[in-house]
Amino acid sequence: MTNPFSGGLDASNVKRKSVKQLYDGGTPSLRGTIIKIVLLALLDAVTIFVAFVLFMREQWLPVAVAIIGMLIVNWLYLRRGGLPAKYLAPGVILLIAFQVYVLFFSAYTAFTNYGSYHNGDQNLAVSAIKAAGFGPVEGAPQYDVKLVQDDKGRYNFMLTDAFNGKVLVGGSAVPLTEIPACSQAISEVIATNATTVAEADCKIEILADNIAIAVSAPGYTEATQAGLSKGQTNSLAALRLYLDPNDTQGQFIKTEDLMVAVTNQEELIWNEEEKSFLRVTDGVVFNEAVDGYFRAGGAPDGEKVSDIGWRVEIGLKNFEKIFTDEDLRQPLLKIISWTFIFAALSVLTTFIAGLAIALLFNDDRMRGKRVYRALMILPYAFPAFLSAYVWRGLLDTDNGFVNNAILGGAEIPWLTEEFPARVAVLLVNLWLGFPYMFLITTGALQAIPAELTESATIDGATPWQILRQIKMPLLLVTIAPLLIASFAFNFNNFTLIYLLTEGGPLDSASSGYDAGGTDILITFVYKIAFSSGGGQDYGLASAFSILIFIIVATFSLISFRRTRTLEDVN
Amino acid sequence: MATATAKAPKEVPLKFKKRRMTPLRWFFALGWRHLVGMVIVLYAIFPILYIISTSLYPNNSIDGTNSLFVAISGENYVNLFQDAARPFATWYFNTVYIGIVTSIFSVFISALAAYAFSRLRFRGRRAGLLSLIVIQMFPSLLGLVAIYGMLIEIGRTFPAFGLDSQLGLVMIYMGGSLGTGTYLMYGFFNTVPRELDEAAKIDGATHTQIYFGIILRLVSPVLAVQMLLSYIGITSDYVLAAVVLSKPESLTLAVGLRQFISDPFSRDWSMFTAGAVLSAVPIVILFLYLQKYIVSGLMGGAVKG
Repeated sequence: MTNPFSGGLDASNVKRKSVKQLYDGGTPSLRGTIIKIVLLALLDAVTIFVAFVLFMREQWLPVAVAIIGMLIVNWLYLRRGGLPAKYLAPGVILLIAFQVYVLFFSAYTAFTNYGSYHNGDQNLAVSAIKAAGFGPVEGAPQYDVKLVQDDKGRYNFMLTDAFNGKVLVGGSAVPLTEIPACSQAISEVIATNATTVAEADCKIEILADNIAIAVSAPGYTEATQAGLSKGQTNSLAALRLYLDPNDTQGQFIKTEDLMVAVTNQEELIWNEEEKSFLRVTDGVVFNEAVDGYFRAGGAPDGEKVSDIGWRVEIGLKNFEKIFTDEDLRQPLLKIISWTFIFAALSVLTTFIAGLAIALLFNDDRMRGKRVYRALMILPYAFPAFLSAYVWRGLLDTDNGFVNNAILGGAEIPWLTEEFPARVAVLLVNLWLGFPYMFLITTGALQAIPAELTESATIDGATPWQILRQIKMPLLLVTIAPLLIASFAFNFNNFTLIYLLTEGGPLDSASSGYDAGGTDILITFVYKIAFSSGGGQDYGLASAFSILIFIIVATFSLISFRRTRTLEDVN
Repeated sequence: MATATAKAPKEVPLKFKKRRMTPLRWFFALGWRHLVGMVIVLYAIFPILYIISTSLYPNNSIDGTNSLFVAISGENYVNLFQDAARPFATWYFNTVYIGIVTSIFSVFISALAAYAFSRLRFRGRRAGLLSLIVIQMFPSLLGLVAIYGMLIEIGRTFPAFGLDSQLGLVMIYMGGSLGTGTYLMYGFFNTVPRELDEAAKIDGATHTQIYFGIILRLVSPVLAVQMLLSYIGITSDYVLAAVVLSKPESLTLAVGLRQFISDPFSRDWSMFTAGAVLSAVPIVILFLYLQKYIVSGLMGGAVKG
C-alpha cells in the first residue's frame, strides 16, 4: 500500500500503474520480500562456504564458477522485472550443471581414449607401471626395521644392517641417508659382542647374541606401530626408499611387514627427464607414444611397456573404430537393426493390443468396465524394474512358471537362446506397455464425436470402414506424438533389456565386446563403458552415446515436426 | 469386433430391450467381450498373482512354486527384515527418501519453468520449449561416464555429494527435472484460464501470489500425478543408482533387490518376491487411486519410465 504508484487518482496515473504492474507482477508483499531475502542469503552462505573450501584446495575454476553463478542469481532475483528468468533460473541452473555439462563432458570424452587402461594423467600411469614389476636384489643387505618419528612428527624408517655395521634413515619426506654415529655404534656392539650398551646419542637395543638394532638417533625418536592408522600402515608398507635419491638405478629398499626390509630392483626404471622407461633385463627404452602408451622407441607400433597408459586426446579414432573396426562391425550391425526392430515392434504390438482392447470395451452397455480397467492397468502401475525381475524368474527355462505351469513342462529356452529371447523381450514389453496404450487410445476414442460414427453408419459404412477411415485418422492425430515418444523411449529402454536378459544370450562371435542377442544400442554402450570383458572403454562408449543422441534427437524432431506438438509450440 | 459398436446406437435407446436380450444375443453382443476381457485380465495379472503367491510360500524355494497359493505363511516377510547382509528396511527407506526429496523438488522446479513458458512471453521462449522436447529425448544414462567422473571429482572436495552418496544421486536426478515434467505441466497450465490471473493482477496480486495462490492450487491434482510419476521413475531407476551407490546400506530397492536374484548360486526367489510385493504395494495403490488424473496426464504426453 505504500507503493508510490498506488497513490493518485487521476485516470492517466491509474492506467500507467496497471500497465507497469502487469509487467512487474504487482506490489511485492513484505512477507514475499522477506522470504526472498532469506532464501538468497542462505544460498549465498552455502555458495561462499563451497567457494571457500574450493579456494583452500586451489581449485580456481570451480571457485570462479561458484562466485559468478552466485552473483548472477542474486542479480536475477534482486532486480525489478525479468520475471521469466526468475521462474526459469532454478531449473536452468540444474540443467547446466548436470545435463549440459554432462553432454559436453561426454562429447569431450568421445575424443579421448579414457577407459580403465587410460584412467588418468601420465603421472598416475607411471606410478602404476612402476608399482607393477620389481624383485629383490640377490646378495644385497637385509635391514631390521625400526619405526621412528622425526622432529616434525613424521614417521620414518630406521634401518639397521648389523652385519655390515650400517644404519640408515629414510621416509616419504626424508631421502635415504646414513647416520654415521649409529653405524659406528652398531659396529662396535657387534664387534665386541657386547651385552649392554652405554647411553649415547644413538640408542642401540640388543635383541640377542650378535643381533642389535638402532632405535633412535638425534632428531629421531622411537615410535611404535600401535599409533598408526590402517592407511598409514599401508602407505608405509608401500614406501620405496631409493638408494640413489635421483633414482637412476631403480634400486630401492622396501619393507612389507615393517619388520624386515630388503633391497629391490625395479624391472623398469623411470627416467623423469626423458620421460622414458628402461627395461633392466634387455635395455629396451620405452618412450611416450601418441596413443597414451609407453612404447619401445616411442614408435606408434612399438611394444607396449604395459597395458596401462594415460588419457590423451585421440581425435576421431573412436568414431573411426565404430565405422571401420571389423570386430565391431558384425555385432554392431546386428545390434542396430535389432534396436530399430525392437523399438518399432514394441510400439506396434502395444498399440495394436491397446487399440483392440479399447475397441473391445468401447460399448456403453458393457458392465464392469471399471473393474476390468483397474485390473488391466496393474502391469503399468507395477514398477518396471520389478516387472523385469519377475519375468526373468517366470521365463526361466527349467524352473520358470511359464514353461512348467502354463506350457505344461515345455523347455523353451526363453532367455538363453537368441530368437526365443527376442520374442520374450517383446512379450514382456507388450505386457508392460499395453495398458498405457489402452488408456490413451480409450481416451482418444472417447474424444471422437459420436455423430461422426452415426452419420457414417447411416450412409452405409461398414464398421471396418468406420474404423479405418474415420476413427483411425482422428485417433492418430491425437496419439501420434505419444507413439513417437514411446518409440524414443523404447529405443533406449535400458531397464527392460538389461534387467531381463542383460542383453544376452551372449553372442560367441562378438569377440571381446560381449554383444548379446537382445542387446540394444544403449545396453551395448553400457557394457562397453562399465562391464565389457575387453576392459572398460569410456571414450568409445561416449562416442556411441553421441551417435545415439543424434539418432534419437533427429528422429524425434523430424517426427514432431509433422505432428501437433510443434504446432502447439508455435 | 466393431459390429456391435456400430449397431449400438440403434439398440441402446430402447431400454426394455436390453433386459430382454436372449442369452445367445447377449453373448454375441457383449458376452464375448467379457470372455476376451477376462483372458486379457488373466495375462495382465498372472505374474502379479504369481509373485504374491510365491512370497507367501513357506520354505526357501529357490525358484518359486508352480501352483498358486498352495500354502500361506508370512515367513519370507519376516526373514526379509532379518538379513543383515541385505538390509531391506534400509533400502526401502533410502528409496522412499531419495524418491520423495527428488520428486518434490523436481516437480516444484519444473512447475516454475512451466509457469514461465505458459504465462510469460519472452525472447527464446519457443527455442526453450523446443529444447525441452529434445532434452526429454536425452536419457541421462548416456551421460553415465561423465556423471561418474563428475561425482568422483566432487567427492574429493565434498564427500557428502560424491560417489556413493545419496545426495549426489539426488542432485543427478534433479538435473533432469526440467526435461521430464515441464512440457506436460506447460500443457496443463495452458488450460487454466488466463482471465483468472489477469483479474488477480488487477486486484494487485503479485506474480508469486498468482503462481502459488491460484495456478498451483488449480493444477494441484496434476502436480500430484506428476510427483507420483516422477517418484515412480526415480525409484525404478536401476542404472544411475547402480553406478553411484555401492555400499550395501546405501542402496535403493532397484539395485538391492537384484542381489536376491542375480547370483545363480545364492538366489533367493522367496525373499525377492516378498521384497517386490512390499516395494510395489504403495505405488500400485497410489496409482489406482490417482488413476483418473493419470489418464488425463497421459493424454498430455507423459511416458512413465
